[in-house]
Amino acid sequence: MGKVVVVTSGKGGVGKTTSTAALGAAVAKTGKKVALVDFDVGLRNLDLIMGAERRVVFDLVNVIQGTAKLSQALIRDKRLETLYLLPASQTRDKDALTEEGVAEVIARLRSVFDYVFCDSPAGIERGAQLAMRFADEAVIVTNPEVSSVRDSDRIIGLLDARTMRAEQGELVQKHVLVTRYDAARASRGEMLSIDDVLEILSTPLLGIIPESQDVLRASNLGSPVTLSEPLNGAAKAYLEAARRLEGEDLPVVVPFERKGFLDRLLGRRAA
Amino acid sequence: MSILDLFKRGTSAPVARERLQLLLAYERQSRGQPDLVSILREEIMAVIAKHVQIDQDYLQVSMDRGATMSTLEIDIQIPNKSAVPLAMAG
Repeated sequence: MGKVVVVTSGKGGVGKTTSTAALGAAVAKTGKKVALVDFDVGLRNLDLIMGAERRVVFDLVNVIQGTAKLSQALIRDKRLETLYLLPASQTRDKDALTEEGVAEVIARLRSVFDYVFCDSPAGIERGAQLAMRFADEAVIVTNPEVSSVRDSDRIIGLLDARTMRAEQGELVQKHVLVTRYDAARASRGEMLSIDDVLEILSTPLLGIIPESQDVLRASNLGSPVTLSEPLNGAAKAYLEAARRLEGEDLPVVVPFERKGFLDRLLGRRAA
Repeated sequence: MSILDLFKRGTSAPVARERLQLLLAYERQSRGQPDLVSILREEIMAVIAKHVQIDQDYLQVSMDRGATMSTLEIDIQIPNKSAVPLAMAG
């Protein structure tokens, strides 16, 4: 039985889809069979980030409505043979998903794959709730910024109340993934620190992804950053986060910006 | 802007942390519960309407949440022409 991991955040634009692709590819690289499921019906993007946008024929909604088989809708990655994508529909709306339909698809994926990553839409409405509904674990993508942290807190509340696990008296195992972290700004006191975020959300840390041009470049190229540029800072952080997700006890190092003379001067005055 | 302001910039993160902690403490507590302010507003309105004719728009209820104490502000405007008690008017 595979593990179902929802990648969620509440707020949009914090890096859910990028993180789903990067983490999924990182896990698949270790030989595990991984399925990435896009739940953002009507606004799909995981196909684009994965570079599979021209290969989409059938989607999640087709499978749920019975117009395509699951095996027909799954797209196998061209780089990793253990990585698959189940795209969202671009033409339907989010009401096309039913809880029973999602339950069946997730159950079937779980029986075939080691990991099923569900890329949640933004918000706390139906689509986001269905994406988290059958999750065993949750990756809460958070930027070190007030509105993102507030929304993450809300999502944590939903994970503890509205998921199948929560209703059965179990807990969804939650991890915070801090993305777009700017070490220089954090050290100058301009950005919430990692400690601030973790203290406020009281949820364990999966990793810290530094703000990086590599992530944008990877999206432009249609490749998860962990595949296209595995030696870059953001990719390394994702690869380590993926190892922690698989249960490895790997300490998180907070990215540190070596200060120049001027920064040091300004930093000292500011403090 | 003086040159000193340049050096003062940048320590906004502690303010962000405090604002979040305060806000989330409240939001977590009230999660799943109906909105207190709108309940108060409705009940206050009902009590006043028993005695005085007023319009919904003349009742303002607002809440300012502090760390140790919150203030509930109720502002009721009663227009003079309708300030006649219902019993007498009716």
